[in-house]
Amino acid sequence: MIITKQKPFEVIKEYLRDNKKVFIVGCGECATLCKTGGPDEIAEMAQMLRDAGKEVTGGFVAIAPCNIVGTKIEMKKQGEPVREADAVIVLSCGAGVGSIAETYEDKNVIPGCDSLFLGNTIRVGSYDERCMTCGECILEETGGICPVTTCAKGLLNGPCGGMNNGKCEISPDIECAWVRIYRRLEKKGKLDRMEKIHEAKDYSKHTKPGVFEGEKYAKMRKRPEGGKR
Amino acid sequence: MKRFKEALEAGDFVITAECGPPKGTDISELKEHAKHLLGKVHALNVTDNQSSVMRAGSLSISKVLLDMGHDPIYQLTCRDRNRLAIQSDLLSAHILGIKNVLCLTGDSISVGDHKEAKAVFDLESVQLLKLVDTMNNGKDMAGNDLKGATGLFAGAVVTPEANPVEPQLMKFSKKVRVGAKFFQTQAIYDIEKFKTFMEYSRRFDTKILAGILLLRSAGMANFLNANVPGITVPQHLIDELKAAGKEKALDCGMDIAARQIKELKGICDGVHVMAIGLEDKVPEILKRAGI
Repeated sequence: MIITKQKPFEVIKEYLRDNKKVFIVGCGECATLCKTGGPDEIAEMAQMLRDAGKEVTGGFVAIAPCNIVGTKIEMKKQGEPVREADAVIVLSCGAGVGSIAETYEDKNVIPGCDSLFLGNTIRVGSYDERCMTCGECILEETGGICPVTTCAKGLLNGPCGGMNNGKCEISPDIECAWVRIYRRLEKKGKLDRMEKIHEAKDYSKHTKPGVFEGEKYAKMRKRPEGGKR
Repeated sequence: MKRFKEALEAGDFVITAECGPPKGTDISELKEHAKHLLGKVHALNVTDNQSSVMRAGSLSISKVLLDMGHDPIYQLTCRDRNRLAIQSDLLSAHILGIKNVLCLTGDSISVGDHKEAKAVFDLESVQLLKLVDTMNNGKDMAGNDLKGATGLFAGAVVTPEANPVEPQLMKFSKKVRVGAKFFQTQAIYDIEKFKTFMEYSRRFDTKILAGILLLRSAGMANFLNANVPGITVPQHLIDELKAAGKEKALDCGMDIAARQIKELKGICDGVHVMAIGLEDKVPEILKRAGI
């Protein structure tokens, strides 16, 4: 899921300096699991906003604010509280903020969180990045450990000279990705994978901005209104 | 004195040293140090924003050394430039008359003095070595013909005292396979471990220059042990530096370096002396080593 961290309230207050009436949107997927945009966080945010002298017109947890059309319908159903608000604070990743911002171009739609990475849950509140959606998965060759993501330099051909007693140059708390890969492949009896010379990464596989039109859904390809990039 | 590549190919015991470009435009001290080394070393490495600390460029300083009569080893890292910039710089190096290039991945941005910078690492050391070979054969990375190929002699680095060493050795073998003609190692203090590494490396057609790092105090040795990956200064050397006292510690360090060079002479193809700002001491170290 997308790992998010709530912005300091001082920053949010500054974003809302010209606004009086605020509506809050949470996220029923990642931000709820991260405890940054679920029902509890919406209630806390509402309280802090009221304490800061703002009028909170309402708030709800959207199913998934990254779903542009679905969220637009959900927001419309909220009715007057959304209409009367001059600002919307979105407690989700940037994708959620993006969809709501394009639905309400006349309102001050602001992010309540910073988006950190695509993360694996270690336990609630503790997340690691294992995949950075690079566009070309090589995990078969590296024993399921991604060097693009978990090596600080994203190296494809083995550890750098900064590896120290199996740890990464940037921190003694981080395992060297390539030492982990070596040990994993050794267990699998696949150390020959370490001999492969990996060519320079093809960064064109990761388009910027990312766009994907699945073949399977070709019939639905006509992009709905509000679905512009 | 033979040029670096000729000396290596002739099987001579090759001596290299290194100098770090200044942070700023004043190169008078660098030139003064380099002057002391003329005729004493086969080649002089020029570090590339080493430890991720911004300095004058290794390409321009390599040219300065070349004009002084040195044979520079142009160090090129992948940290600060993408494949377009790297290829462009390799062409520039050839055009300027620079013959040797040491292909490095580069330290992490986070250890340096511009921690907010974006790390590039579009390529890394193995891919960079392969790229030099490609350009020496008249092509760029995209497969286009070059109007004039490069003629660069490519080298790399290895850490024989890395722990664990196996992944490091596998990377070493990859580097040889893609065209590393010589290696300059991280500082060597454990001769027995180094001999084991040399036995392994002799299976490959490449030259090995052992790294010698000038110790100037017991404090410095302790710092290296705590902070620099792949360097382990043994306790008996730290004791020796301590016993020499503050005044004589550097002199003692020079003795240690000279002794190491003597010991390594029959074992590998040369030494790379890193004096880190005390390049003017290198001639004396070499003299004590009988070179």
